[in-house]
Parts: sequence; C-alpha cells; structure tokens
Amino acid sequence: MIHSLFLINCSGDIFLEKHWKSVVSQSVCDYFFEAQEKAADVENVPPVISTPHHYLISIYRDKLFFVSVIQTEVPPLFDYFGECSEAAIKDNVVIVYELLEEMLDNGFPLATESNILKELIKPPTILRSVVNSITGSSNVGDTLPTGQLSNIPWRRAGVKYTNNEAYFDVVEEIDAIIDKSGATVFAEIQGVIDACIKLSGMPDLSLSFMNPRLLDDVSFHPCIRFKRWESERVLSFIPPDGNFRLISYRVSSQNLVAIPVYVKHSISFKENSSAGRFDITIGPKQNMGKTIEGITVTVHMPKVVLNMNLTPTQGSYTFDPVTKVLTWDVGKITPQKLPSLKGLVNLQSGAPKPEENPSLNIQFRIQQLAISGLKVNRLDMYGEKYKPFKGVKYVTKAGKFQVRT
Amino acid sequence: MLESNKDSAKLDAMKRIVGMIAKGKNASELFPAVVKNVASKNIEIKKLVYVYLVRYAEEQQDLALLSISTFQRALKDPNQLIRASALRVLSSIRVPIIVPIMMLAIKEASADLSPYVRKNAAHAIQKLYSLDPDQKEMLIEVIEKLLKDKSTLVAGSVVMAFEEVCPDRIDLIHKNYRKLCNLLVDVEEWGQVVIIHMLTRYARTQFVSPWKEDDGLEDNEKNFYESDDEQKEKTDQKKKPYTMDPDHRLLIRNTKPLLQSRNAAVVMAVAQLYWHISPKSEAGIISKSLVRLLRSNREVQYIVLQNIATMSIQRKGLFEPYLKSFYVRSTDPTMIKTLKLEILTNLANEANISTLLREFQTYVKSQDKQFAAATIQTIGRCATNISEVTDTCLNGLVCLLSNRDEIVVAESVVVIKKLLQMQPVQHGEIIKHMAKLLDSITVPVARASILWLIGENCERVPVIAPDVLRKMAKSFTNEDDLVKLQILNLAAKLYLTNSKQTKLLTQYILNLGKYDQNYDIRDRTRFIRQLIVPNEKSGALSKYAKKIFLAQKPAPLLESPFKDRDHFQLGTLSHTLNTKATGYLELSNWPEVAPDPSVRDVEVVELAKELIPAGKAKKENPAKKFYSESEEEEESSDSSSDSESESGSESGEEGDSSEDSSEDSSSEQDSESGSESKGENKRTAKRNSKIKEESDSEDGEKENEKSKTSNSSNAESSSIEESSSDSESESESESEIESESRKVTKEREKKTKQDRNPLAKDISLLDLDDFNPVSTPVALPTPALSPSLIADLEGLNLSTSSSVISVSTPVFVPMKTHVLLHRMSGKGLAAHYFFPRQPCIFGDKMVSVQITLNNTTDQKIANIHIGEKKLPIGMQIHVFNPIESLEPEGSITVSMGIDFCDSTQTASFQLCTKDDCFNVNIQPPVGELLLPVAMSEKDFKKEQACLSALHLLSKPRNANRNE
Repeated sequence: MIHSLFLINCSGDIFLEKHWKSVVSQSVCDYFFEAQEKAADVENVPPVISTPHHYLISIYRDKLFFVSVIQTEVPPLFDYFGECSEAAIKDNVVIVYELLEEMLDNGFPLATESNILKELIKPPTILRSVVNSITGSSNVGDTLPTGQLSNIPWRRAGVKYTNNEAYFDVVEEIDAIIDKSGATVFAEIQGVIDACIKLSGMPDLSLSFMNPRLLDDVSFHPCIRFKRWESERVLSFIPPDGNFRLISYRVSSQNLVAIPVYVKHSISFKENSSAGRFDITIGPKQNMGKTIEGITVTVHMPKVVLNMNLTPTQGSYTFDPVTKVLTWDVGKITPQKLPSLKGLVNLQSGAPKPEENPSLNIQFRIQQLAISGLKVNRLDMYGEKYKPFKGVKYVTKAGKFQVRT
Repeated sequence: MLESNKDSAKLDAMKRIVGMIAKGKNASELFPAVVKNVASKNIEIKKLVYVYLVRYAEEQQDLALLSISTFQRALKDPNQLIRASALRVLSSIRVPIIVPIMMLAIKEASADLSPYVRKNAAHAIQKLYSLDPDQKEMLIEVIEKLLKDKSTLVAGSVVMAFEEVCPDRIDLIHKNYRKLCNLLVDVEEWGQVVIIHMLTRYARTQFVSPWKEDDGLEDNEKNFYESDDEQKEKTDQKKKPYTMDPDHRLLIRNTKPLLQSRNAAVVMAVAQLYWHISPKSEAGIISKSLVRLLRSNREVQYIVLQNIATMSIQRKGLFEPYLKSFYVRSTDPTMIKTLKLEILTNLANEANISTLLREFQTYVKSQDKQFAAATIQTIGRCATNISEVTDTCLNGLVCLLSNRDEIVVAESVVVIKKLLQMQPVQHGEIIKHMAKLLDSITVPVARASILWLIGENCERVPVIAPDVLRKMAKSFTNEDDLVKLQILNLAAKLYLTNSKQTKLLTQYILNLGKYDQNYDIRDRTRFIRQLIVPNEKSGALSKYAKKIFLAQKPAPLLESPFKDRDHFQLGTLSHTLNTKATGYLELSNWPEVAPDPSVRDVEVVELAKELIPAGKAKKENPAKKFYSESEEEEESSDSSSDSESESGSESGEEGDSSEDSSEDSSSEQDSESGSESKGENKRTAKRNSKIKEESDSEDGEKENEKSKTSNSSNAESSSIEESSSDSESESESESEIESESRKVTKEREKKTKQDRNPLAKDISLLDLDDFNPVSTPVALPTPALSPSLIADLEGLNLSTSSSVISVSTPVFVPMKTHVLLHRMSGKGLAAHYFFPRQPCIFGDKMVSVQITLNNTTDQKIANIHIGEKKLPIGMQIHVFNPIESLEPEGSITVSMGIDFCDSTQTASFQLCTKDDCFNVNIQPPVGELLLPVAMSEKDFKKEQACLSALHLLSKPRNANRNE
C-alpha cells in the first residue's frame, strides 16, 4: 500500500510529505522529476514510474502532483481514487495544506495507508474538516466520525435544518467530435445529477423520471437502492447530508444527439509567407428555444504561430504567445448577428507551414434544458413529517466538444 | 511552549511541530518534550502527539517506550474511538520490543464489541506482520476469527489483512465465502476492491473454468464450489447440460451491481473479476461500465485504457459497439492517445476499417508527431491484419511519403518496408519512389529501411539499384551505423546479382567499411568480403552466398505490444508496468481436474459444519450426495483401470442418479436389484478384490480359520452345482470376462476371507453409537463380500474424511436366516440364505443375498452351482461362482446378487450339484429391498415431498432404518 505521499507543485518543490510506513527520503522524487523533464508537457508525465525499489504513482490535479510511493503490488486504481476525490476539493495550495494539516490534526483518517483514502472519500467528513480548519474551531468531539458508527455510513445522525430543502441539478454534457465538413463523428451525452439536500432527520427519498429508459449506463452513489432501480427504475435513497453526486449517467451514442451549435471556420496558412488567415463564425442550431450562453472557443495554435491579429464582432479574445492558446470569450449568441472572429495570423518566418489546422474546443451552456430530454417526474419523501422545498434545475453544457478544422 | 500549562499553547506548539514534519524538516530533537504530552487530557493535543510519535518512534525507540503504558490504558477506555486510535498508534510505532504487547492488544481488540475497533485490529494485523513476520501463525488465528465477523465494517479490512499476511491460506475463506459474497454490496468501497480481488483468486482455484464449453456458444458453465457440487459436477461432466455452480453464480450475481459503483476502482475490480471468472457470454456487461470510466481523470483513463487494450486483443466483440468512444481528441495527453490507437487497432475489422482509416487520416496530420508516427504504425498493423485494405493503406502511406515532416515520412517508410516485405508482389513503383526519397530523408531508420528494400528487390529495379549504391558510396562515411550496415548489405546483394556494374563500387564500399570506426561495421565488412569476393581461400560457403543473401525473408509480424500482458491479472500494478511487481500474486489457472478427493472431503466436513449451525435445510444433502457419488467415483476410477469400458452400465447409472433430484434414490439403487449387466458386476467384484488387497489383515487371522472351515464344508455342495451350465443367466458381455472373472473371484474369495471380518469390526467400532452390538457377532459367522465392500468403502471414507456420513451402514443386521434348501430334500446339501443388508457389489440395483451351504453328508459334494433360472421378466440374478467341492461337514458361504425389480416376486432357480438339481426359490421381504439411509426428520420430509409418488415406499424404508 502507499508508503509515502509527496505533494509537489508545478515548479518542482516538494512542499509536503507524509510517511505511513518508514520514512522514504525525498530523493525518490528525483526519479519523478527526471520523468517530468523528459515529458514535454505536464500532461504527459507517465502516471506510473518504476524505480529500483519503489513504484511512484503520480496524479496531476490542479497544477499539483501527488506522488505516492509504494513498494508492493497494489491495484493501481486503488490508490487513485481516494486522492482524486480529495483533489477535487482542493482549489488552491493553501487549502490543500490546511486540509492535510487538518487530517494530521484530527489524526483520524490515518488509520492505515488505505484507510486514509477510505475516510477521505466521504465528502461530509472532509467538508467538515475543511470548515473546521478555516474557522479554527477545535471542538474535538465533532471530528469523531459519526458516519463510521451509524448503520448508514453516509449520513450523520441528528441533522437539523430550519428550512428543509432538496435541490437537484441535472447537468448534461455533450461530448462530440465534429469533423471538417461539419458532420458529427462522435457524439454522446454524459449527465450527472448533483443534489444538495438539506433535510432534517432521516428522510427517505424517491426520485422518479418521466423517461428513465433514456439512461443507458448509470453509476450510483452508494446510498441508492440498486434493487428498486432494477425493478422500477426509481431512485430510492436516504441521502447524505449536503452536496453530493447522486448519479452519473450516459445516454447512449446510438440515440441521435442534437448538436446545439455550428461553427463555420476557415483557417489557412500560406506557404512561404509569414501570415495566415483565421476566420470562425459560430451559429446556433436546434437550440430548442433556449439561448446559448457562455460560449468560449479555445484553440491550441501550432507552434509556429507567433501572434494573432484578430477582430471579434462580439466578446473578447486573448492569445497567449507562450502556450499558443487562443481563447475567445463569446458570451451569448443572438441569432440576428452571428459572432465571428476574423484576422491574420503571424507565423514564424521561414518555418514550414503547419500541416494541420488546429482543432477548436468549444464550451457553452444552455440553461433549463437537458439535451437528452431527461425529465424528473417527481420526488417523494417518506420517513419524516415536514414538507421539504424541492427544486430541479437543468443545465446542458459542452463537455469535450471538439471541432476539427 | 510544550512545557506550558496552557493547553492552547501546547496545541499551538504541536501544530507547528507537525507542520515541520509535513515539510520534511527534522523535528526529532523535540522527542522527549513531546512524549511527555502523550498523557494529555486534551484529545487534540493527544492526537498531534500521536502523529509525532508515529513519525519518530522508530528513530528513538527507548524514549518511545515511555508512552506505551498510556496506550495500554487507552486500550481499555470506554470510548471505542479512543480504544481504536490507541491501538492504531500502538501498532504504528515500529518498535520491535513491543511486539508481544501489540499481539496482546490485537487479540483483545479482535474480540471487542465495537466493529470499529475490530476493524482497527484487522489493520493492526498487517502492521504487526510487517514489523515481525514471525508472528504469522498467531496472526492467522486472529484473521480466522475476524473473518467470521459479520460486520461489513470489518470485512474489508480483514480481507486486506488476509491478503497481506497469508494470501495462500485459501482454506480460511471456504467457510466465509458465501457470507463475503452476500455482504459485498454493503462493504465500503475500498474494502470491496480488496474483497473482489481476493474472491477472484479464490474462484480461480475453486471453480472449474466456465470457458471450456461455452466459447461464445452457450451458457453451459460447469463450475463448482466445494465438493458437494464438485461431485455433482463430476456426474454432470459425463452427462447432461450443466448448470453453473450456485456459489460461483452467487459471486457473479452479487458483484454485478457494483459495476454501477461511482468508485472507479470498484468498477475496475468487478470488471477484472468478470473477465477472469465469468463465462465469456456474460463478460459483455463490463464493457459499458469501463467505457464510462473513460470520462474520468487522465490517470484513470490511462489505467482503464490499458486494461481495455489487453481485453480487446482477446475479445474484440466486447468493445466493438463502443468503437467511437475510443476516438482520439486532440487534447488528450499522448499516452492516452497512443493507448486509444492501440485499442482502435485491436478493434479494427472488415466492417469498420473504412471509417477507422478515415479517422486515422486525421490523426496522421496531428501536431503531435509522436502520435502521428504511432498512427502510421497502426495503419500498418491494420493493413496486415485486414487484407482487403492493404492496398488502400499502402497507397495512403505512399502519399505520406511526400509529407514534409521527417518523422512521419520515416515512420511511413519503415511501415511500408514491412508491408512490402509481407507482400512480395511487384511494387517497383513504390520502391523507385522511395529511392528518390533517399536524397531527402535523414532519419537513419528510414534510410536503412529503404536500402534494405532496394537490396531485397534489386532484381526488380535493376536500373536504380546501382545508382543508389553509387550515391550511398559517396556519402558512406557520413552515414549512421545502421545505414552503413545496410549499405554493405546492399552492396553485397548487388554484387551477387549484378556484379558487372557494381563490382568496383562494392570493392570501394568494402574498403571504406574496413576502416570504419565501428567494429560492428568492420566485422560485417570482413565477413561480406570473405563471403562474396571469390578468392582461393574462400571455402564452400561462397558458393551459397547468393542463397544466403537473397533468401526469402519471413515477413515480420506486426503485433500489439499488449499481447504479452494478458498473463497478468487485469487491474494490477504488474499489468500496468508489464513487469512483475513485488507481492504480485499470480492468478492461478483454472483447476484442470477436480482437486484430489481428500482435500475435497475436508471441505465437505467444513461445509457441513458451517451449514448446520446456520440451520440450512440442505444440511444433510451434501453428505449424502457425497457418499453415493463417491462410490460411483470409485467405481468409475476402478473401471477405467479395467480393460473393458463400461460405458453402458456406468452412464445408465449416472443418468439415474444425477438426474434424480433426491439423493437417496441413487443410493437406494445400490441395494435394490436392477437390470445391471453382469459384466459390470464382475468388474466390481474384481475391484473389490483389489481393494481388499489394500486392507490390512492382521486381525483377520482368526476369522480366516473360521471361514476356511466353512469354505471346506461348503465345497461339496457347491461343486454339485457346477455341472449345470450358466448359459441362461448370462446377459451381455459376460462371456469374455467370464473365465477371467472366475479366477478373480476365487482370489477374491480367499482374500475376502482374510479381511472381511476385521472390517466388519471396524464398522462396529467406528460407526454410530447406536450400532446394535448384537449385529456384530451375527455378521461374523456369515461372512460375505458385500459387507467387506461396504467396509472398504467405509474405510476409505473414514480414512479420508468424514464420520458424519453414516449413510448406508445398516444399524441392525438380522441374524435370521431363511432356509433355501433343507438337508433332507437336498440329499445332504443344506442351504440357508440371509440378507446382509449391504449394497450389492454386483450392481447397484441388486440385493445381495448370502447363501451358506452345508454339507451334511459324509462325502464330498462337488460342483455346486446355480442351474436353470426361472425368473419373472426383468429380474436378474448374479450367480456365485461354482464351488468345486465341499468337504463333509464343511460349509461355505457365497454371495449372490438378485435384482428383484423392486418387487417381492419370487426368484426361482436351480441349485445344482454334480449329480442333482434342486429347485429353490427366494422371496424377499419388502424391507430387504431397501437401502438404509440416515437422515434427519426434516430432510426426510423434504425428500418425501420430492418423491410424492414414492412416499409410500419411503416410509417403510425409514422405519427399517430405525429398527
């Protein structure tokens, strides 16, 4: 299992270390740095590195590397996930530090190397410990993990709220690859239902859908009773307290996915000259009467591009000459006036022209629409007497939405 | 500050110290000051001190001992959390001196009321084990105890401890297997992962492969768990369509919901479980879940893709519907891209190749050149795998040759070379084109490939080849070593095929090579010169130079780099690294044959024991099944050693017993008379004699004498019978075996005399308490084959396993004999018969009958045998072998089997001596037709319900048993 954990920031400093078995010297990380140097991009660092005595497993999140050192056989995924969920909570280095500090402080999750992970993935515990660390409160009694000991491990006992609320966010993301000519190569809808439940006592909820058959592949929070889903396609569960991800699902790619935007593009580089043309226009398509907002286009330009001289009809753009990333923040689309970005590209003189046009990554958001057509039918609550306030919100977003040019 | 009276100051100090630890700074000089605070009342300070202790205790062992007493006190704290944390810290302190204390603490904690503390005890086990492996035995005991724990909290941890400490002690799992399967869903996620991995290994050792039969065809899995099923399984293998073992099924069914887990590790674990142990037809469901995981973080993607790559090599169909999910995005990291490519290649087939190639075309243009190169290789592999598109691919690759990027061109050249090598068709144009490229390409591998190609095909491009050589000769000194070698090769080949034009050039190149810096090249030069340039010294080899250089080279096989990974268990570190990591446990192959019976028997006992407290209704079934089947098993194993195949009789028997839902019907058949062939009977008899050889005969000597006397006394009468033929009674394959079996039977009889009685005693000693003592003396004077057989069987069972199985030993054997032939009517030959109530050795449908023959005359009676039989239809008699002679006053006991066809009809036959024939008949009482079976009342009722039609019959059977 995990011997030690090193936290390394992007400039290569080890700023935190933790050993569970005997102490492993920091020099282990040199292997990691070596590999990091070899890889051109941070993204390309191999996740598993084997050194003469140890294996290093690295996880890259939020510009931080978690390097865990192990010595024996482990199922690799085993290690990953605890830390992934942990990492998801960390927005910046300070909180990371606080959190780990707090973990040490509470001492609780340190049961064993793997136990720490097990503890950490329980969102409520972490949230509470984060809160504790920030507010500086140190009422120790609270840090004892109540969840461990109740028979429903994910819910605390004795939760009380004055306003009882249950919110569900149905978030769908479109993953798509669109080829040059505008035809869809691949499209798929990935959805999640995030819940924010603030209910007193031990409520037993059941959520039903208008069209549950849409859901192709589902993964559940452990609180959901699988049997009922199997038989009735109803989500029945005793919710954890607070925010959590209820289910994540996939709508099969067999169903036609309506792509809500189209992109017209013409990017060309002239041979033997140091200039190129760049022109993209975005328009709405099958938007089902909803406005598309928050459009952002990100383009990773080829290395030979020196600078770009563009004029947007709407929004603003930035080009980072170091990373060669062009970002165009479009905003809302109004069908009357389609936003476009036109201009010239300055290339490094003398270099051969790039043979491939860069692909466009597009982000957008459509409020109040689940693109798959999924609808929540009703939410019932049993086990408690009060009437909760219920709410459902739908959002469609672009996931990995890529246009090849 | 640590000395301060205020808790807040202490707390602050401790926080700073822990902060130092976290940053990797040494804080060990503060150890004494910190340890003092271990007894602090403030829990928060205490915890920080614990953190500190765990970090530095190893370095300062003596001082750490000061804190031990505090932990010992804390171990008895009423708060379970404090107990747990004390145990945790205690076990984390790696100080060898406190091993005994740790051991004690673990033992106590493993019996703790709180599951949480027990969980911590399970964790502590691993830690103690890593500190001191000598404690293994003790720890295994604790693990065994904890495995029985019903709490879901404990299950995961204890299985982890099990894996860590004693992964080979699979026998500890047997009793807990079902429980673990059932609890699995409720165990916390990390525990699930560990348990699933462990169960995968377990299943691989305990169940038979479900893959043999059903390779894509049907679901005829035949798996078993432990011996009850195993033996059913044995039967199954011979006969009917199989059903998957319920326990194997249980595992697969219970893990299925976990595929929907939000935890990718769990999903992966279940996927590998399905991959490794489920029938192929069911493994399909994992693909969907794995594809879902592809949406998560890059590390997860990396691992999942690797596993999918391995899977997709073996079973393409699994992921074919998700082909598009593996399409590459330009933003993926390179390693993910290459893995996706790998999978796409594996999935490529005639149907989807065109779309795939179109997709590849876009990839080739990618800015990521490493990826583009990988794509070209992929195209090459597709081209070789799918012959339809080879030409298209080749054309595409040739187009790529005009690409401006060097890496791409070089890669294409290499791939084209491989492709052309595979197809020795005329591709002169391409070669010419490539020869032109030599001017522009600088990547050595590509240049070398081109040269090689030209050399190989020099006869097809006669014009260009010398020209190329000329150019290369010019630039020879500046080339890479790899290229130089190929130039030498090319020169040699040209010299051999076209020596007129190239002789000088070759000489020149060889001279250049001779003085090259690289010894490899010098060697090669020297070798080639000797080989091709004819001189007086060159031996026989130079004649073959042309053959040597221009031999057909086998085309290289373009294979997936993931091909060799499949021997690693999916989802393990070793699989990811493609090397064996420390602590990797090989996944055993499916057991080819059923494990040897003794092992199984032990399992049976365990199972039975486990089941009885659990109050399961099945209680007795495994035992009974075991018994009857084991008998069959012996039979089959014995018969296989015989020369004759007894397929007919055997399979008939199997068919009856295996298809029958009630276990005892098969054992019943053992005693009932039925239509078994005689051939089988004889073989059984033979086997019987073989078994007897093994049995010890020490105690048997006394009895031996007795039986000898009886033997002699009966000799006369038996010899009488010999005279009449036994033709009628013969049924099937008898004649061939007859002579042989006679001899055997004789032998057998001798041996039987020696052992049967001690064995009978054995029964009385080892059997149930309520065994009627009277029966023993009765059995002794009436020795027979079948008791000894049953004794043998019993003995075997006893030696191997279970005294629980008490099935067919009669509780009471009546001493009552029936007169078969009165001495007055038999001219001095008297015959009595009685039913020994043992399974008949001649056939499982027959009832064994023992006949005692007495010669009451004063002269020998010779050739006693069974004469003409007058039997109702279906009834069969297995005769005893003719007795040559019976001395005056002598007596002999013979055994015969009669199949009464479950009726009480009379079996009439002639008992013949040399001179006379006497008509005799045997009419069985109903009770003698049945085999005694011990079963609980509950089971009896169950069986009765099964046999509603028979239940009239089964009642007397029961009564009989309870006599």
